[in-house]
Amino acid sequence: MIEIRNVSKWYGSFQVLTDCTTNVKKSEVVVVCGPSGSGKSTLIKCVNALEPFQKGSIVVNGVAVENPKTNLPKLRAQVGMVFQNFELFPHMTITENLTIAQIKVLGRSREQAVDKGLKLLDRVGLKAQAAKYPGQLSGGQQQRVAIARALAMDPICMLFDEPTSALDPEMINEVLDVMVQLAQEGMTMMCVTHEMGFARKVAHRVIFMDRGAIVEDAPKEEFFGQPRSERAQNFLAKILHH
Amino acid sequence: MSDFDFSVIIENWGFLAQGLRYTVQVTLTAMLGGILIGTVLALMRLSSIPPLQWFAAGYVNIFRSVPLVQVILAFYLILPMVLQMITGQQMPIGAANSAYFTFTVFEAAYYSEIMRSGIQSVPRGQVAAGYAMGFTYGQTMRLVVLPQAFRNMLPVLLTQTIILFQDVSLVYAIGATDFFGAADKITQRDLRPVEMYTTVAVVYFVICFALSRLVKLLQSRIAIIR
Repeated sequence: MIEIRNVSKWYGSFQVLTDCTTNVKKSEVVVVCGPSGSGKSTLIKCVNALEPFQKGSIVVNGVAVENPKTNLPKLRAQVGMVFQNFELFPHMTITENLTIAQIKVLGRSREQAVDKGLKLLDRVGLKAQAAKYPGQLSGGQQQRVAIARALAMDPICMLFDEPTSALDPEMINEVLDVMVQLAQEGMTMMCVTHEMGFARKVAHRVIFMDRGAIVEDAPKEEFFGQPRSERAQNFLAKILHH
Repeated sequence: MSDFDFSVIIENWGFLAQGLRYTVQVTLTAMLGGILIGTVLALMRLSSIPPLQWFAAGYVNIFRSVPLVQVILAFYLILPMVLQMITGQQMPIGAANSAYFTFTVFEAAYYSEIMRSGIQSVPRGQVAAGYAMGFTYGQTMRLVVLPQAFRNMLPVLLTQTIILFQDVSLVYAIGATDFFGAADKITQRDLRPVEMYTTVAVVYFVICFALSRLVKLLQSRIAIIR
């Protein structure tokens, strides 16, 4: 589904990604972790071309994102993305947030879009909030709406960029619950997150990044059991031992 | 003050009202046209295409560096010549009409700077979210960025419009009859400067003050809840 091959990226002369190669198969859940500044958010943003890269190739569902001829809006419409800061559109109601892209990008009728949007809103437990504005919701609620908004486009895969990092601790679980459910339903997911509990529960593979490179890419059991690299061991020791 | 003659005002009210209507028309035209052109200029200035950036920057810098009176005069003289060159016919468009064009073009420079800071006030993540939903550049701007920029900047846009409303009086330089110009002409004829200029000042004050209160009201009404 997502093929990342030898991707390198520079900001000026500073290299932020170094020869990253990995893939996410259909219905696979891959968690990307690593210390801050390791390039994990940058890598996931390369997948739907929100960040350009200078070397290598990323193929999503058979389409090369770095190809200048690629219809990026069409590709992005198929790839759901959830951001650290939710990024709901603050000037639109929740319903409008859920329907605008369905109508403007997929060409669905308003009735179809509202129907779909409200069903998904119900699924994340927020049907009662349909007429409100994002600013009237808590962070956890906003992030659940953001997930519903992405799902409304019937994406072939979902990208999560630190979806719980901006949340108060008591709201993290309500978001993770939705993500777990999604994973169990077979959604293809690439998640940048520090939530190792989530990784243990639903991830198939865990990727550990450090200083722009993929240091470890292993099945979950292996990663948590005996990480091969010292850096991954140190990282795990730091975030698991509280 | 004892010989303040209200009858002069009443007798000439029709002429003054005509001037006021013209002032309002120029203001509204220049506001709508100026915001439209200004928004396009702001998008050009913030684009990643150097020639567009240069054009927009040049436009804004030129108009902001020249006194408005001079621009009013220049366009009044140049516009008919340009039109004649294009159409090959004499096109006397007149002072009153040339002002519509001049103010729209001039105010666009100021509105563009307001819209530019408005666009920059929208978090970058919003743009990313727009693109991630599959929106094109145009859709992202139209549906996500500009509505927020516009709301954020509405008070400033309206404040600029209040200034514009007062600045229309500068058309006296080319002899067009706006509200101030009407009062000025009556003064010259009837020699009643105190009555006329006082009336004009009071009306300007009432309208501008009311508008600025309206700005405050709107500000709280349409603010985006964050």
